[in-house]
Amino acid sequence: MKMLRLLLCLAAALSACSCSSTPVKPWQRGHLADYIMRPARDPLTDSISEHVWFTREAFAGGKGVGGGGCGCN
Amino acid sequence: MKRRHFLLQTSTILAACTAPSLMAAEGWQEKSAMPDLGAFGLEGTLPKLKGKVVYLDFWASWCAPCKASFPVLDGWQTEFAKKGFTVLGINVDETAAAMQAFLKKTPVSFPVVRDAAQKLVAAANVSTMPTSFLIDKQGVIQLVHKGFRAKDAAEIQAKISALLG
Repeated sequence: MKMLRLLLCLAAALSACSCSSTPVKPWQRGHLADYIMRPARDPLTDSISEHVWFTREAFAGGKGVGGGGCGCN
Repeated sequence: MKRRHFLLQTSTILAACTAPSLMAAEGWQEKSAMPDLGAFGLEGTLPKLKGKVVYLDFWASWCAPCKASFPVLDGWQTEFAKKGFTVLGINVDETAAAMQAFLKKTPVSFPVVRDAAQKLVAAANVSTMPTSFLIDKQGVIQLVHKGFRAKDAAEIQAKISALLG
């Protein structure tokens, strides 16, 4: 039983080590900064779908865009 | 006794979690000596740096503040080069093509070398991009500057002027 606990403890320690030592370094962020990683790559399509969304949802000032949800702006 | 065992085991796990972050290299600090750049297998020709005030700048083509900093660094190169100053750009892009495409769009007069293996930047262990090191004539780091904002330029320039004497 003691051995089992020791092994469990070791396994937990090793997994903790492997998790905490793999951050992406600042100089390795080239892929993250890539254009393809942007959630919205077409500003026009993005603004149109955003307009439709906040109009349908009828909330004021949806996502920072002016308007009261009347669908008229 | 059981409680003691539990505490011991918990502390082992906690120590294992925190050890890697504590062991992480500190990187280059102010007032520390600059290592020999020739030992890092940089791509490109290293200029003669001995006896010069050097502004060593780590940059990448995908980093927007790096792009914003380039005209300012180029201005310093033009203004102070004759007084024994040089900017040295260290590119950390994964491909040489990315660096060349950037330099074609944003040409500069200061020397640029590429840290293809990313050994030098790992030794410097910079915490953000860009990070720059202002090194005096004796090869001692006098300033570590993280990021780039246009409002910082005057302060750095004053420091360069002071080091040039």
